[in-house]
Amino acid sequence: MRTVSYIQAVTEAMTEEMERDESVFIMGEDVAWNMMGDCTGLVEKFGTERVRNTPISEAGFVGAGAGAAMVGMRPIVHMLIAPFMYVAFDQIVSIISKSTYTYGGQARLPITLRAPMMYGVSNAAQHSDRPYATLMTIPGLKLIAPATPHDAKGMLKAAIRDDNPVISFEDRSLWGQSGEVPDDDLIVPLGHAAVRREGTDVTVVTVAGAITLGLAAAEQLAAEGVSVEVVDLRSIVPMDTETILDSVAKTGRLLIADPAHEMGSVASEISAVVAQHGFWNLQAPIARVTTPHTHMPFNADLEKLLLPNADKIVSEVRALME
Amino acid sequence: MITVDDDLLREMYRRMSRIRKFEDTTKELLLAGELYGAFHTSTGQEASIVGSCMALRIDDSMVGTHRSHGHPIGKGAQLDRLLAELMGKETGVNQGKGGSMHLSDFSIGSLGETSIVGSGLPVATGAALAYKMRGDDNVSLCFFGDGASNQGTFHESLNLAAIWKLPVVYVCENNGYGELTSAKDAISVEDISIRAVGYDMPGVTVDGQDVLAVFEAVSEAVDRARRGDGPSLVETKTYRFENHAVGRLPEHYRSAEEVEYWRTERDPLALFRQVLIERGFDEQQIDDLEAAVSEEIVAAIEFARQSPAPPPEAAFTHLFSPSAG
Ligand SMILES: Cc1ncc(C[n+]2csc(CCOP(=O)(O)OP(=O)(O)O)c2C)c(N)n1
Ligand SMILES: [Mg+2]
Repeated sequence: MRTVSYIQAVTEAMTEEMERDESVFIMGEDVAWNMMGDCTGLVEKFGTERVRNTPISEAGFVGAGAGAAMVGMRPIVHMLIAPFMYVAFDQIVSIISKSTYTYGGQARLPITLRAPMMYGVSNAAQHSDRPYATLMTIPGLKLIAPATPHDAKGMLKAAIRDDNPVISFEDRSLWGQSGEVPDDDLIVPLGHAAVRREGTDVTVVTVAGAITLGLAAAEQLAAEGVSVEVVDLRSIVPMDTETILDSVAKTGRLLIADPAHEMGSVASEISAVVAQHGFWNLQAPIARVTTPHTHMPFNADLEKLLLPNADKIVSEVRALME
Repeated sequence: MITVDDDLLREMYRRMSRIRKFEDTTKELLLAGELYGAFHTSTGQEASIVGSCMALRIDDSMVGTHRSHGHPIGKGAQLDRLLAELMGKETGVNQGKGGSMHLSDFSIGSLGETSIVGSGLPVATGAALAYKMRGDDNVSLCFFGDGASNQGTFHESLNLAAIWKLPVVYVCENNGYGELTSAKDAISVEDISIRAVGYDMPGVTVDGQDVLAVFEAVSEAVDRARRGDGPSLVETKTYRFENHAVGRLPEHYRSAEEVEYWRTERDPLALFRQVLIERGFDEQQIDDLEAAVSEEIVAAIEFARQSPAPPPEAAFTHLFSPSAG
């Protein structure tokens, strides 16, 4: 075991997969310059063919990633930040998500899109999106949001080896956090939630960076005698509803903490699943701590007001316990 | 001047004839209610399709468009599974999940067709990127229409291919219209091939009704790509004989005289028949060839009709590829 940061874990995952398999390469804007600090050492090791700077041409290079994947490559496409995917949305939806299906299984699309999310840092509405719920509505895409260095490495490696399109939403509020990562080849299979803290009174399911808030809230609530089970969703599609339903069967209460906008969110989907399949286990209404249905303002105080935090989770849980 | 032997001439004519008869037949079946869905035929564009496809090797890839019944045929696909696909059958190339606008046959290098106008250009560009990175000597070819040349993906793709010197050939089939709108009203230039200049690559315009002219131009572009000298843009001036989509739309945007002119004076099959006669073929040989194609069509319809429909479970298969990492 070693202690590494989330961002180092991401770099390790890419490095190891590129070493292991010649068909893996990364492309995106300024990747060879390591602009974001997540491609450290890559260009030195693999050169500019496999660590490929692209022009500012998202539809072009995301679609090119799809074409390369269809003939056997395993591209990692770096989006810089998640909202830049909108520029390539048609390629993601019409080509990447649909080709395997539409062509009756003839096309394989082993492509990974890395979509770092940067919010809560005064970048205003256009740069701050957490758009996984938008993509969740589209069949044919696997969506992950690893929340620990261990998963950042193991899930990204699994994504790269997967024969299907995977979009990895990396919460940049987690990039600097450190955690234990094993020395040997680490693969974390996609599609499984992880119970990060066991508890008996309330289930708190966290999405992406909300893990930090969920764990902090659980700590605080423990002092008040409330036992919180924290479930880190990790994989958005496929969604591990079994782990969530099992936890709710035990606790009888559910709160979902999701940094994205509330309407039509991952939190909404989890709520629907539990209302439909776990209703009789519930002792209180389902609670959601999300971002309200408005845009992210530039003003730092206003932005903070909107985003989930540990205090909001604590007070919602208290209400559930009444 | 590239040499084309008799066998190749015969094969070109056969494939053009297959496309024509396939389209005429499927149109009839559509109007009779046996086929359904949006239906864009490539009738009139056979020379452009076959001249381009036959400049490729079987292991080279191509990407088509919403108007691409003809393109897999040009690349050598069997008719029966294409027809079965149009009927939505389990034996169809896409097992009944793609239909008219998405025929793909990976076995002959068709990486699919896309019905979002212009969306295939980045895909073909990416296939070329893969060939280049691996050092394969394959070439990727992308078909698209005049209308698609106004999409951002066209410009982004040509730029990517140029800066990375990719082995790709962009074939713009300029049939004069995008839906009902004339290219004259929608495109800033008379010859779309001019747009190649902006991306520092060769661009040529050829008579898209002359299969040998198309074959020559595309072969040159393919050779260039295979040599490692980068991408090209070839524009084929052609015409679609049928309306934008069969049986659905008004046709007041173009004159009957114009359609008649192209059908009588500029029919690529009639023009090519003339060339074959000049090259020493006799009418009987060509008629025999056509008769053989007609039999293929009859057999394909029979195959499609006899084929089973996909079972209900099929709606859920192929959402993902089986092997996961
Ligand atoms: C992105 C997008 N916009 C609009 C349409 C509707 N549409 C279908 S075909 C077509 C015309 C395309 O023109 P062109 O590229 O010249 O191809 P052609 O039909 O002439 O072969 C349009 C606008 C579409 N399918 N996709
Ligand atoms: Mg057109």
